[in-house]
Amino acid sequence: MSDVTSSAFQARGAARPRRDIGIRKRYAAERRFRAYGVTAILVGVFFLAVLLWTVISNGYTAFQQTVITLPITFAESVIDPKNERAQNPAKLMAANYPLLVRDALIKELGIDPNDRTKVKLATDMVSASSRTQLRDIVVANPSVIGTTMSVALLAEGNIDSANKGQIDLTADEANRKVKNQQLAWMDQLRQKGDLTKEFNTGLFTYGASSRPEAAGIGVAALGSFYMMLIVLVLALPIGVAASIYLEEFAPKNKFTDLIEVNINNLAAVPSIVYGLLGLAIFINFAGLPRSASLVGGLVLTLMTLPTIIIATRAALKAVPPSIRSAALGLGASKMQTIFHHVLPLAMPGILTGTIIGLAHALGETAPLLLIGMVAFVVDYPGSPLEPSTALPVQIYMWANEAERAFVERTSGAIMVLLAFLIVMNLGAILLRRRFERRW
Amino acid sequence: MTSFKLTLATLVASVAFVGAAAARDQIQVAGSSTVLPYAKIVAETFGETFPNFKTPVVESGGTGAGLKEFCKGVGADTIDIANASRKIKDSELETCKKAGVTEVEEVKIGYDGIVFATDASNPDLKLTPKDLYLGLAAEVVKDGKLVANPYKKWSEINPSLPDATIAAYIPGEKHGTREVFEEKVLHAGCADSGAEKVIKETVKDEKDQARKCIAVRKDGMAVDIDGDYSETLARIAANKSGIGVFGLSFYENNADKLKVATVSGVVPSTETVASGKYPVSRPLFFYVKKAHIGVIPGLKEYVEFFLDDQMIGPDSPLAAYGLVAAPESERESMRKAFESGKTL
Repeated sequence: MSDVTSSAFQARGAARPRRDIGIRKRYAAERRFRAYGVTAILVGVFFLAVLLWTVISNGYTAFQQTVITLPITFAESVIDPKNERAQNPAKLMAANYPLLVRDALIKELGIDPNDRTKVKLATDMVSASSRTQLRDIVVANPSVIGTTMSVALLAEGNIDSANKGQIDLTADEANRKVKNQQLAWMDQLRQKGDLTKEFNTGLFTYGASSRPEAAGIGVAALGSFYMMLIVLVLALPIGVAASIYLEEFAPKNKFTDLIEVNINNLAAVPSIVYGLLGLAIFINFAGLPRSASLVGGLVLTLMTLPTIIIATRAALKAVPPSIRSAALGLGASKMQTIFHHVLPLAMPGILTGTIIGLAHALGETAPLLLIGMVAFVVDYPGSPLEPSTALPVQIYMWANEAERAFVERTSGAIMVLLAFLIVMNLGAILLRRRFERRW
Repeated sequence: MTSFKLTLATLVASVAFVGAAAARDQIQVAGSSTVLPYAKIVAETFGETFPNFKTPVVESGGTGAGLKEFCKGVGADTIDIANASRKIKDSELETCKKAGVTEVEEVKIGYDGIVFATDASNPDLKLTPKDLYLGLAAEVVKDGKLVANPYKKWSEINPSLPDATIAAYIPGEKHGTREVFEEKVLHAGCADSGAEKVIKETVKDEKDQARKCIAVRKDGMAVDIDGDYSETLARIAANKSGIGVFGLSFYENNADKLKVATVSGVVPSTETVASGKYPVSRPLFFYVKKAHIGVIPGLKEYVEFFLDDQMIGPDSPLAAYGLVAAPESERESMRKAFESGKTL
């Protein structure tokens, strides 16, 4: 008896063993979970850093282009030997402009004009696009004929790569695209200040080209712009109209459920399927032209619609029912309620969804393959009906090129595309910040 | 509401545009990705030389896909030219004719060499079709019997080859290059190694015989590359002892990174391919829809420009890029055939 009481007293007096509520285990679990979270983010950040590092370290040089400045003598004996340009201006189009470059190089580098191998090596250093460059100068202003003018000509792609240190100069000369003689000339020109690196505006303005130095994303960017415009003009109103009807007017029955399931499914359909659909409907059935950004825009519209509809419905759902009830209670019609109160409040969500959908469409290549937009297009498209290509397509096509100078241009184009995407997503965030309301 | 009106207006506008699209003033080309770089050079130069015509649009996508588009029919909404890295098949020509494309002109632009190359840091490599067959075939002959390929290293096949694990990056099955590789390398090696004889004795069906001869091992030592040569180049950079299959022009543009292998003792070059000494080569073609000549502005001029010696001759920009020019007589007969309008 006394034993029992004494032990009971003892227990009360000493620190009573706590009920095991697993506090330590739970803290440990929480710490572990946090560690998982941090690891997940670190992994993501690591891969993002690697991606950006590869793209930027490969691509930043693409924004510079080697330029050779030569005093070009627009000799009449070469351009228009018979002096017919007054009667026949077409003569100026067909003149032998490369000869002007050749003569200037011979003079500048002091080469024997009869040494054909050397002359060829020298002319190979200047881009073949100099023909059109000089032609455009002469056609625009025929009075330059007979004068000497200093013209900045694009250096050929391999010379450009060598100037940027992208060609392994320790390799055997026979295995190199740039020969020792050309390297010596490059030094000679560099010392005179005639071989310089300049900001590569051509990267943004030129169309596609088989010569890396004359290749740019101009046509692709314009094509992408047309397509984004078409997607915006078509997908936004159609998507918003569909979601308003489904969310606010449609009866909830099996049929609308079926539509909802289908929309969610379509959002996950591989984009190449939309390309097949576009080929069948817009090109084969409707007879729209191949490679046109109109068709591309229509296909991307179909692809973006589910995304926009889902985002819009979510935004409409998030508007509190009290606002609808208040408007209806004050005598507004259903349509007035929606257009005056619900839609403006849902707008930030709708715009965010639309911009994310657009950004997705901007980066899409697969559906464009089948409708002929993975193509080599030199001329700027005057309308969405003319052949054009798109930014990601240009990246894909450059990635497959053999020339060294296209490697940096590929990464350069990726940087431009990333910049567009960042601007669009920033826009989405800003819009949300600006118009978002909390209840 | 305005957005609805806008949509309506756009739809009406796009329908109105359809009518305008019927007349096309730009040549459209599609097909082989091997021919693509050559076609691009010609298209670009054509656009510069003939300012009155627009620069042709050249699509990529592969020989098969290009010919399929080509054979869809006649009219401004179909392409004018299909580039091909092989001859058009009879079945494809039949589809063409059924769809109304009855007159197809064939143009051979030159030859393309297919080379084997490793990373530039490797010693010289001398290959023969037999070595390649023994290294890459699914089954080889041992003691008069067909067995699953037991070789793990090149040196086990031929002591003069490097002591490295077999790793070959070969064109995938949908590649036009694959056919040449099968015919000129695997089939030749199959015959040289004596495997063909054994296969003929053991297998009845002729089709199966041919298929067995060109079957590639599937144990991961021969890797199919479905992408382009730049992917093969990246694989070689990652695995320095790997052997990759490239087009001659691609190799020539990246000769500072690659070491090319001789095949049967011949170094691949435009000269050896043109003379026929280098065994692994193939002709390149494009096909022209005759019904479009005279309808699509510039089509006739484009083909003539392509066939001109300043484009496909031995001193031309295409040859500088890696095309192997056809012999003078062949080029001349191509020009004559196109002029006379010869169709398939």
